Amino acid sequence: MRTYRLYYVYITVILVGLLFVFRLFQVQVIDDKYALIAEKISLRKQTVYPQRGLIFDRNDKLLVYNDPVYDLMISVPIKLKGIDTLSFCQLLEIDKKKFDQLLLKAKQKSYRGKSVFKKNISNVTYARIQERLYQYKGFFFEIRQDRNYKFNSSAHLLGYLGEVNKQDLKNQKEGYYEQGDFIGKKGVERFYEYQLRGIKGERYFYVDRSGVNKGSYKDGKLDYEPIDGQNISLSIDIDLQQYGEKLLNHKMGSIVAIEPKTGEILSLISSPFYNPANFNIQNRGKFYTRAIQDPTKPIFNRAVSAPYPPGSTFKPIMALVGLEDGAIKPTSHFNCAGQYRLGKRIIRCHFHPFNTSLKQSIASSCNTYYCNIFKNMMQASKYNSSEDAYISWRSYLTSFGLGSKLGIDISGEYKGWLKEPAYYDKMHGKGRWNYARIISLSFGQGELGLTPIQIANVASIIANQGYYYTPHVIKEIEGMKSIPQKYLIKNYTKVSQSNFLPVIQGMQEVTISGTASHIAIDNINIAGKTGTVQNPHGKNHSAYMAFAPVEDPEIAIAVVVEESGYGASWAAPIAHLMIEKYLMPDTMQESSRPFLQKQMMDSDLIPYKYKSKIDKSLYGN
Amino acid sequence: METKSRIDILALFLFLVIALIGVASVYSATSDQGVFSLFEGRSGKQLMWLSASIFFGVVIFLLNANFFEVFSMYFYVLFMLLLVLVLVIGVDINGARSWIKIGSFSIQPSEFAKYGTSFAVAAIISRIGFSFQNKNDIIKLVTITLIPMGLIIIQGDMGSALVFLSFILVFYIEGLTPAIILLGISMIAVFVLTLVFSSLYFSISAFILWFVFYAFTYTNKKLLIPSLSIAGLAIIFSMSVQFLFDNVLKEHQQKRIQVTLNLIEDNMGAGYNVNQSKIAIGSGGLFGKGFLNGSHTKGNFIPEQETDFIFCTIGEEGGWVLSSITIALYVTFILRLFYLSSRAKKKYKRIFISSLASIIFFHVLVNIGMTIGIMPVIGIPLPLVSYGGSSILAFGLFIFTALKMDATRDQDLESVFS
Repeated sequence: MRTYRLYYVYITVILVGLLFVFRLFQVQVIDDKYALIAEKISLRKQTVYPQRGLIFDRNDKLLVYNDPVYDLMISVPIKLKGIDTLSFCQLLEIDKKKFDQLLLKAKQKSYRGKSVFKKNISNVTYARIQERLYQYKGFFFEIRQDRNYKFNSSAHLLGYLGEVNKQDLKNQKEGYYEQGDFIGKKGVERFYEYQLRGIKGERYFYVDRSGVNKGSYKDGKLDYEPIDGQNISLSIDIDLQQYGEKLLNHKMGSIVAIEPKTGEILSLISSPFYNPANFNIQNRGKFYTRAIQDPTKPIFNRAVSAPYPPGSTFKPIMALVGLEDGAIKPTSHFNCAGQYRLGKRIIRCHFHPFNTSLKQSIASSCNTYYCNIFKNMMQASKYNSSEDAYISWRSYLTSFGLGSKLGIDISGEYKGWLKEPAYYDKMHGKGRWNYARIISLSFGQGELGLTPIQIANVASIIANQGYYYTPHVIKEIEGMKSIPQKYLIKNYTKVSQSNFLPVIQGMQEVTISGTASHIAIDNINIAGKTGTVQNPHGKNHSAYMAFAPVEDPEIAIAVVVEESGYGASWAAPIAHLMIEKYLMPDTMQESSRPFLQKQMMDSDLIPYKYKSKIDKSLYGN
Repeated sequence: METKSRIDILALFLFLVIALIGVASVYSATSDQGVFSLFEGRSGKQLMWLSASIFFGVVIFLLNANFFEVFSMYFYVLFMLLLVLVLVIGVDINGARSWIKIGSFSIQPSEFAKYGTSFAVAAIISRIGFSFQNKNDIIKLVTITLIPMGLIIIQGDMGSALVFLSFILVFYIEGLTPAIILLGISMIAVFVLTLVFSSLYFSISAFILWFVFYAFTYTNKKLLIPSLSIAGLAIIFSMSVQFLFDNVLKEHQQKRIQVTLNLIEDNMGAGYNVNQSKIAIGSGGLFGKGFLNGSHTKGNFIPEQETDFIFCTIGEEGGWVLSSITIALYVTFILRLFYLSSRAKKKYKRIFISSLASIIFFHVLVNIGMTIGIMPVIGIPLPLVSYGGSSILAFGLFIFTALKMDATRDQDLESVFS
């Protein structure tokens, strides 16, 4: 009896052994669930952020560099066992209540085994905490690159970084960004994000129950180092840029200067501006709301986003269109007795000789002359209707880059206003409008809006006598042979080169005997055109466009100063000072006009109604 | 007649291999705690205890072959006194008063109690005239095993107390009616069914079952009373299980059982250990992550990973292959011990050796079963592998005593009363 009972026991022992082996086979070999869970529990990925590309100006002066910010992270699941919360709070300079709040938030927002405990910790605090971090298991730092700036300048142009938002995450194609990453939000940072950002690196490592690093995964075979972003050089001249910012200080307006031969933007200023350092990751939270509430709109990049009626600065374009279309000849004269009558409507003009030539009309900004050009063109027999004529007129303008985006490499570009005929059909009825309804367009008023960069581009076209390169701020991208191809192509206008000469002569006359003669510069021949833009909301906008030297243009410029007065009073002097600064930086000190310079810099032209609401802290260092 | 004293080489070999797997596993499970070689820290201690047990093994082999049989009851009394002593001067660790501190050592008398009890069990059953039909003999036997169980339960170490159930297997081999084992299995079945479906549903089902049975057999009047009483007893037992479970077991004990029966999922609480243990073993795959490379072991995710949950380290780092080899080694070892018991000429030796085999079998069954989630969490060590001086030493003494008995079997006369 004992023997067979022993056999039962043998069999039982063997069966148990087999049961275990089969069960283990199921758990270990067939079911791969556990391997995945194990990795999820103990494997962590650390992102290693690359250095973002640096930004230089055209003379290799460093503008933007990197400044590390530290995020205090916590391992999830969170275990606070054995942590001296009180001393940790002291170290972080927060109270227990805040600690609990942060902890709760961290618990709710965990992502891939970790969670942000406190963001954007400064250098100093980081150094202090890092020393003692070993006492606080589960906490660790992640370093990201914030931006800092060598000059308190060019904020609009450079733009800023921000954390990727849901939209960014949704729109990305290659799945590069993760929650919490920085991305260029505005300006050059946004436009050249792909070049600047580099490629993130990754490190995989194991953690223990408390989230403490237990060494690399597979000896680092899956790890890869980050690749730093490409440095870029801008076409901006930071000296010129800063000078322009001084000139526009306490004014609302814009300066855009372009090198006509290349389309490179030498200077692009929108005023009021702000200190770019106030808008980096660490500081933007403090300043953003204030900036939004400021009625002078300091965030708004007027240079590329604000459409202004060009006023009389439009006249050279009008003359070019008139010549090309046959509405006038270079020798055409029109009589002007200080006004242009159109039925009951009277368009007033300035004092100037009665029988006006093309040259004279530009120099003294005769409205009558341009009303006549417009009338001749709109009533020309070659057009079947006013609408046909208007379409033709409009197509000349679009060839100058008006009415659509130029395609510049700065975010926020606006196309301006240049209406389709349908607009007037809707307003007046189809076929029920003619030149008389839209005569204001001829001298740059009415339904016309040009951004400062469009005006500067027109100056550039005239300087080049018929073509332009799409304006751009990129000059060089590290590791690339050339800048984007589209900035290397000549765009021709519909106006032939021969027709530019008389207009250029007229614009040169502006600074010799015309509206800007009072601020002519010795040794530099400037071709310019003033504009005084009617503003229904306040004082006129002062506008000016110019290029110089006339013989071999190196700079084309547009200046707009809002609610300030005549074009000749503010925009023109500022433009001339800019030209002088750019062409003769060395003799500038002995400028013939230190008084003019001082007057421009010191004048406060911010309308009184805004004054009390301006937040000065935005502009400071 | 010339007497030979030869140790069983296979058993000794298995003992050493399993113990060395243990040292390596303990080293891996604790390698994170500033230990840089096998000879330091807990694996070093484990080696030391292993050497100590081999040393005592040599001493045992030098003793007279009949030394243990003669002093059986004295050993038993000595170890029972230790169990009483631990209640008086013992220290509490993890809520159980199981350790006596002597200098820097702690010993756990409950580990030695199995050894001591086996002497007494062997002595009583091998007495001339002993019979499993004799009430007095049964009472003696039950008392002998219930005393250490009771004392250990008082210490608060339920797991170690349950080990004494292993003796049922010995009793069965020696002639205890299998009805007892059947009864035991039925009781476990009722226990599980009750917890899964509650005693109310169990009772209703039991009654319906009885009714169906009765409907088919109502012509046979003889079956009515027995079948009705079986159903009645089952219902009463089920109700008492429900009552005891709800009112006597502590909450953590209830939860452990419920987690094992998959009635509740509690991966952060009562089920934490088992869940982490399954993850560690399951992530080992076919060949494992390699010695010292278990991320779960290194990360200390499993509490008690060098003691009760040491099998996780084997499973994670050695994969299915090493796990299966380890199980195969245990199975072979247990079978070998049963075989050694069967070739003993003396009844006393036979019972002593089969007690050892049964106890190791119970430990392996419960411990490995627990780590892979088919047994409730009962804190008993994996013999020779789990870290613990008392356990290693007690099993060492136990095994060497058994091997000594086997080695000297030729000196014995064939037992007349087998």
